Amino acid sequence: MTTVLKAPTLRPRRAKAPAGNRKNWGYTALAIFFLAIMLFPVYWMINASLQPNGTTLETSWLPLKPDFTGYATAISEQAGNLGTSLIISLGSVALSLAIAAPAAYALAYFKVRGAGVVLFAILISQMIPGIVVANALYTAYNDLGLLNSIPGLILADSAHGIPFAILIIRAFMNGMPSSVIEAARVDGAGHVRAFWSIVIPLSRNSLITAGLFTFLFAWSDFLFALTLTTTEAVRPVTLGIFQYIGAYVNDWSSVMATAVLASIPAIVLLVAAQKYIAAGTTGGAVK
Amino acid sequence: MSLTTDLSQTAAGSTGKAAGKATRKHGRPAGSPTEAQTPRRRTRQRRERIFQWLFLVPAVVYMALFFGYPVVKNVVMSFQDYTTATFFTGEAPWVGLANYVTVLSSSLFSTSLLNTALFTVGSILGQFVIGLALAIFFQRKFPLNGILRSLLLLPWLLPLIVSSAVWRWILDKDSGALNRFLGDLGVINTGVPWLTSTSLALIAVVGVNIWIGIPFNLTILYGGLQEIPDELYEAGSLDGATGWKAFRHITWPMLRPVVSVVLVLGVVYTLKVLDIILGLTNGGPANSTQTIATQSYDLSFHEFKFGEGAALGNVLVIISLVFAVLYLRASRRAVDE
Repeated sequence: MTTVLKAPTLRPRRAKAPAGNRKNWGYTALAIFFLAIMLFPVYWMINASLQPNGTTLETSWLPLKPDFTGYATAISEQAGNLGTSLIISLGSVALSLAIAAPAAYALAYFKVRGAGVVLFAILISQMIPGIVVANALYTAYNDLGLLNSIPGLILADSAHGIPFAILIIRAFMNGMPSSVIEAARVDGAGHVRAFWSIVIPLSRNSLITAGLFTFLFAWSDFLFALTLTTTEAVRPVTLGIFQYIGAYVNDWSSVMATAVLASIPAIVLLVAAQKYIAAGTTGGAVK
Repeated sequence: MSLTTDLSQTAAGSTGKAAGKATRKHGRPAGSPTEAQTPRRRTRQRRERIFQWLFLVPAVVYMALFFGYPVVKNVVMSFQDYTTATFFTGEAPWVGLANYVTVLSSSLFSTSLLNTALFTVGSILGQFVIGLALAIFFQRKFPLNGILRSLLLLPWLLPLIVSSAVWRWILDKDSGALNRFLGDLGVINTGVPWLTSTSLALIAVVGVNIWIGIPFNLTILYGGLQEIPDELYEAGSLDGATGWKAFRHITWPMLRPVVSVVLVLGVVYTLKVLDIILGLTNGGPANSTQTIATQSYDLSFHEFKFGEGAALGNVLVIISLVFAVLYLRASRRAVDE
């Protein structure tokens, strides 16, 4: 770090560049080495999903003869569960954003009395173990007939997304120029209209970030799927995987194929929404 | 124009009583405008406040139903004999502290408590040290830095149950990738029962949880490192502070607020981990990976002793709350600085 800073003053720039570059590619190689170790399980999942199943006990190190039987089994057995997960996750995104965006606006812009209490509650809510929520929800859902239902899971799965979305969107809205909103208000726009046609379009990026993470939270949910469903009627794919590995596994290629399919949202999020992720990670954790 | 819409909205939007008052005011001849203005402005302010709250109400209601209610309900249930029978009879007799006594005096509790402590401390230490080392490494400028760093996030974004399934296959005794790799190297002769041996299972579970937590630590700590101004290092290097000295005297003190937040958040998240343990070992073998969270789940959803499950859940809440207090103090300090 310090050598890099000092170097230009000591040596002519042209002489320094090639030497520095060579050294830097060395770091790149080292970084790729770290990455290879860290991502080996992901590689192994994909590799194992492409192996011919049943016959061989040992998965070969490379998928030289890719075989898609695992995917065929996974799709025939888990397609319904994947669909269920998709519906629940999309529902959770819609619900979370519908609840979180106005709340974030109120907290960021209105300086409502009691805003501190709400933010404090959000922070504390992150400390509550999921098992405590599940324990209470199970009995309540049982009374309300919400067990084994998609709306029930959407509501429960949003418990992770809503506080997170409020924090992310609020952090963004804090930096929004209030003069824009005031101008709209002076022009006669009501609160709802100013919110809908000014604030929402301006906060699009933070809404996308919050939405993507909310989707991932709901998609990855395992605890509520495990505790709030008891029949096969409504079964998210995470529970499908759990039941695969709960029984004695003799067909890892199908399990790994399902795992790959269940990882698609994470991979899409990583590739397509690169720039939003860092904002999401830091925004949700530190602020 | 805007004034009239405001007025009509005031009349329409207010409650019955306020609307009645407003019309009466309207009916009065416009003698002294200031006198009429003050209550009107007050109504407007109140209306404004109501509107502001309406934006917040759905979130407040949701938080109350899905966080407030469960916490209260769990406290109530922990004092009741709440079992499957309750669902049919609707009766859950009060039993005082019996659930707590049963749960805390069971031999399993000390095992779970110890496992929870080992799991948490081990996971946090590993995640933090490796995460910090990688964060410092990625501070160097080299080609592809950004892409490689973001690819490292993948383990964190995968659904936990997916990671559990993958690791379960890697750690398999007979044909898992790890044993085959170690076998090929000649380190071991027979398969190591990573997940099925009582002495190794907890270590394996901690190892997997470290793997999952590294990206989170890396990202937050990297962000913290970026905030440290370069000038400090320049000044430090003039005084001979480079390498380890620079880390000790510049990086670490400057990073401390972020470090405390990462550690406390890590502890709070790790205490409630359930997916990974259930997916890898289901608490076994012979309870060697049973934690307070998994035991609470077992009590409620396998043995259907919801009262006892709630009591144990509350113990976990109390432990978390201790760290929550630490977290709030840490984050307040982080904001102040």
